[in-house]
Amino acid sequence: MNFDFSDDQKFLKNEARKFLEAQCPTSRVRKVLDEDAKSFDEDLWKAVGEQGWLGAAIPEQYNGLGLGRLELCVIAEELGRAVAPIPFASTVYFLAEAIMLAGSEEQKAYLLPRIAAGEVIGAMAVSEGPGVTSASTLQATVEGGKLNGVKLPVTDGDIANVALVLAKENGKPGLFIADLTDASVTRDALKTLDPTRDAARLTFKDAPVRRLGEAGQGFELLEQINDRAAVLLAFEQCGGADRCLEMAKSYALERYAFGRVIGSYQAIKHKLADIYVKNELARSNAYYGAWALNTDAPELPVAASAARIAGSEAYWFASKENIQTHGGIGFTWEMDCHLHYRRSRQLSLVAGAPRVWKERLVSQLERRNAAA
Amino acid sequence: MDFKDTPEEAAYRQQVREWLAANAPKKREGEPDPLGESSDGLAASKAWQAKKAAAGYACITWPKEWGGQGGNPIQQVIFGQEESAFPTPGNPFQIGLGMCVPTVMTFADEDTKKRFVGPAIRGEEIWCQLFSEPSGGSDVAGARTRAERAPDGSGDWIINGQKVWTTGAQFSDFGIVICRTNPDAPKHKGMTMFWIDMKDPAVEVRPIHQMSGGSGFNEVFFTDLRVKDSQRLGAVDDGWRVSLVTLMNERLAVGGASGAGWSAFLESARQTPGLDGGAAIKDQALREKLADWYVQAEGLKHTRNRTMTALSKGETPGPESSIGKIISAVQMQELANSAVEMLDQYGIINDPSLAPLRGAFQASLMSAPGMRIAGGTDEILRNIIAERVLGLPGDIRVDKDVAFKDLPTGR
Repeated sequence: MNFDFSDDQKFLKNEARKFLEAQCPTSRVRKVLDEDAKSFDEDLWKAVGEQGWLGAAIPEQYNGLGLGRLELCVIAEELGRAVAPIPFASTVYFLAEAIMLAGSEEQKAYLLPRIAAGEVIGAMAVSEGPGVTSASTLQATVEGGKLNGVKLPVTDGDIANVALVLAKENGKPGLFIADLTDASVTRDALKTLDPTRDAARLTFKDAPVRRLGEAGQGFELLEQINDRAAVLLAFEQCGGADRCLEMAKSYALERYAFGRVIGSYQAIKHKLADIYVKNELARSNAYYGAWALNTDAPELPVAASAARIAGSEAYWFASKENIQTHGGIGFTWEMDCHLHYRRSRQLSLVAGAPRVWKERLVSQLERRNAAA
Repeated sequence: MDFKDTPEEAAYRQQVREWLAANAPKKREGEPDPLGESSDGLAASKAWQAKKAAAGYACITWPKEWGGQGGNPIQQVIFGQEESAFPTPGNPFQIGLGMCVPTVMTFADEDTKKRFVGPAIRGEEIWCQLFSEPSGGSDVAGARTRAERAPDGSGDWIINGQKVWTTGAQFSDFGIVICRTNPDAPKHKGMTMFWIDMKDPAVEVRPIHQMSGGSGFNEVFFTDLRVKDSQRLGAVDDGWRVSLVTLMNERLAVGGASGAGWSAFLESARQTPGLDGGAAIKDQALREKLADWYVQAEGLKHTRNRTMTALSKGETPGPESSIGKIISAVQMQELANSAVEMLDQYGIINDPSLAPLRGAFQASLMSAPGMRIAGGTDEILRNIIAERVLGLPGDIRVDKDVAFKDLPTGR
């Protein structure tokens, strides 16, 4: 049994933590939070690129580092812990993974080296309005290689130059690669719950696009991309949730009420124990997802669903109970608690809400059970 | 990252498989009894234990001189995994070999060890642990059972009092018992541990009728039970420290709750009519719960895999191994209740010939409250995580520096 990261991967994780502690303290996150005009931390984005993280999982033939997905997982955990205000997930977990999964040789040769070099910021344009986007609600259309439609919210849509867009072509859903710098695309920044990860409304008017993968396979492909992203997002969630537990614990040990530290009261001790339990369940599920992702196992859809559900639950619980443990001070803008509360919402929603994943998980369990 | 054995582990697994194939029973006698709570099939249990002991598999991690294999914990885990594939009889030896006998081995003299370890490992003699009392389950140091020096100057001790929730007392040959020897000292400083003969006429065992209907546990009464001073384990009034050695193993020995799980629920939901005549599995509320239970169960499974990995590397498992029962016991209760409610009015039927899965959900529902208490209540386990894992302060103890006899006792 070797259900753990290797010593090299743990070393990378440790290096990533040290790097982000130096380059991404919450004071830097707050600059993006507080300044409306600032959509992301460009300096951090550059520095992360120089570390080679953007191309960590991209093969060497496309100028990546050619490491595996497990290396990406440990980086993701540290980015989550640091609440990093950069479009890493959109670019690496979604766009790069999608191109590696389904891109033509030409698409790979064009996009992957540019992603690795930090020249491309990606975005995932699926949602068109409130509720779940499905084949019956999908409005965006592609005809003769031209895309028309409105997508919102598109995370990092205001800063990305390449987007993957879900749209119908000849009535059938497909995924399309769009150049967002083209004049046919209009972007409007949106106010979101997590201003450290901006989003936009994208309006396409006869925008030239290229299809990714097979025609009519849009939703199938999207699910495969989401599975990959879900595992990596789960590691960000684990990192954030563990950071919340540390914050709550250290405050509980320094704050006095009624003559003792509040961490000596069972109401607080049991709350923190509950956070710990959820975090461990999330971590164990994320590890299994990492194994499935790295080996491209047939278990990936189920493993990714479990990782996403557990990660979303753990980060939500940890982020809200961290505020509760802090009491009044935790509700202030100046305390960092709300950075995690906000990010936990962003991470839970960006690849589809937990209830969507629960439904997906149970459908798969049902099929497995019926086949057995 | 993979789930493969190391070459050494694979070789050991192969050796275990071959031995089990040649020696393990092929069909079960009587009902499954994983905790060994009933004496049904005791003869079969003893026979299987003797076979394992003869081959060195009874206590794999114990030194060879005491009948073990001098093996490592991962080998113990591998044997357990492989053994679970066979319908082996219940294991009423767990408490003795996991907690009592190691205590004896740590604190008794050579002659006593020689007398007891062999018969225990071979399953010839069964041990029970007599800690909990009516006045204190979680609060072991509140024990009131008294041990006093015999007035005849022999150095013997006379024990009077009552223990409760003693698993297997009805078929145990020996037990270890923690007694109050100095009520003038603070509670932790006035207790002493002894081993006792459970067949002594001064020991009376009465089964407890559990709310689940079963009787796996007992009350044990001592009326002027005379024990030799040589039966003392550890120093006089040092019983608390001795008990910590015993309890160190309890959480591992009790393990997680079992009972009907998510896959049984799914199977049942596919076959039970739901809200609008279709199958209950179409009910979105049930689907969400099912997803949550699956994710919890998978989380625990892979937490065990992480623990095994640490063992495999020769490391001490991290604190993550302590979360199991908090999750599994509550899930057992909630899942069973949802499964019963899914049956609607029919759910009240607790007849194995009529209820789905021979009444497995009803049985889980009625035994789950015990799982949330045994081997550390939900609340005590949260204290343990908060204090030992997260490093939060212990509770303020109002009883710490007070003579035991002066402590308020309530009713």
